[in-house]
Amino acid sequence: MASRETNIRLRSRIIRYIRDFFYEHEYLEVETPCLIPAPAPEAHIDAIKVDGLFLHTSPELCMKRLLCSGHSRIFQICRCFRNDERGELHLPEFTILEWYHADINYSKLMNECQEMIQSVAHRLEKGETINYQGMEIDLKGPWQRISVKRAFEKYSTLSLQDALDSNRFDEVMVEQIEPRLRKTGPVFLYDYPAQLAALSRLKHNDPTLAERFELYIGGLELANAFSELTDPDEQARRFRKEIQDRECAGKTLYPLPEKFIRDLGNMPDAAGIALGVDRLVMLFTDTARIDDVVCFTPEEL
Amino acid sequence: MYNSSNLKKGLKIQIDNEPYIIVDFQFSKPGKGQSLYRCKLKNMINGTILDRTYRSGDSFEKANLEERKMQYLYNQDNEYYFMDQQNYEQVMLTDDRIGDSKNFLIDNLEVDILLFDITPIGITLPNFVNLEVTKAEPWAKGDSATGDSKPITVETGYELRVPPFIEEGIKITIDTRTGEYVTRVKE
Repeated sequence: MASRETNIRLRSRIIRYIRDFFYEHEYLEVETPCLIPAPAPEAHIDAIKVDGLFLHTSPELCMKRLLCSGHSRIFQICRCFRNDERGELHLPEFTILEWYHADINYSKLMNECQEMIQSVAHRLEKGETINYQGMEIDLKGPWQRISVKRAFEKYSTLSLQDALDSNRFDEVMVEQIEPRLRKTGPVFLYDYPAQLAALSRLKHNDPTLAERFELYIGGLELANAFSELTDPDEQARRFRKEIQDRECAGKTLYPLPEKFIRDLGNMPDAAGIALGVDRLVMLFTDTARIDDVVCFTPEEL
Repeated sequence: MYNSSNLKKGLKIQIDNEPYIIVDFQFSKPGKGQSLYRCKLKNMINGTILDRTYRSGDSFEKANLEERKMQYLYNQDNEYYFMDQQNYEQVMLTDDRIGDSKNFLIDNLEVDILLFDITPIGITLPNFVNLEVTKAEPWAKGDSATGDSKPITVETGYELRVPPFIEEGIKITIDTRTGEYVTRVKE
């Protein structure tokens, strides 16, 4: 297993290869503000407050506003900040890669995501199989796709509906499903229940499901993506529900992102995705702790 | 009261009126979901292990634990007696609670006794103790045949290896955390 020093060098190459992929695919690299007046309201993600503003928990809102002003392919590699998230795979400040592609849906986005990671692996000269924590992972496509419902049927003692009704969805994911996904190679988990995807478009033939997917490789949750919701009224309604959930849990309330909602009316159909860069580096450096792929952890400052 | 963001290895909390220490801790947070705090907790009285998964917003009682300085008095059969120097109260810990600490207890040694409510449940010794060597083979200067250490016994009955020049009757300093010889005590 390589040292932190080696990991940091590899990290630098990985970020360069990520950029190269997007430049080759005619994406525009953008930088959007970290300090914002209204973070995307989410029941379980807490923003850090700074002087009346908030550090963004993801660049999503600004990037979607850019889609509204005519950009069709944009990407950003930036820092995100999420309060009280610290663990083996979590840092309160971490690096995210987010990209948006107009006029495609989440299914095509899965292909693009797969291609990007394969391209990075190729430039790293890793071959088609990588080793991660004692597992051999075959990166050759097409990568497996399984619906959330099917994953529950296959791997969980609780049905999806029961897990949702008893508020144990996350527990079951962490304790039963994610460990089993470890063994299956790269896998896209798709079609999440609608209530778990506040910014996602719903499936038109089944509105109880959202066109959302997540990518797992070697048990690492790497990316979260969806076909974007473009209906301003629906979005406002969902934001209000998230704010209400926060209120019930006694959490800080965020203002409604008014300008985002206003601009949403002009947004083209698009799909977008957020990927944890630190975790991708962990995958390619074969390390189990996020601490090993950053220059400094908060505790070292 | 503690809340979920205080949870970490080593934290002591109270569950159903019993003290537990977190011996393993994992933070998980899938996707956009809830934070899950997965803990392995050890009962500080009977040693049983509990697995619990806590959520954001859960709160926990601090364990009603207190550490008090006491002096070791004596032991009888399996019972070890200590006296609180402030109020002269005596407490007793049994052999199984004392554990390896019994190897380093000498009269009037000042220790920290861990109490849960009023029940003594644990003991912390000072890091270093000076004990008299009660049994050691004599050392002939220049004798290279003995090697670089030899076994001896100290006044508590504890046996350990020390450098060959250590003789009966002198005192040595032992690190109570490792049970190893540190140095000769210069009188």
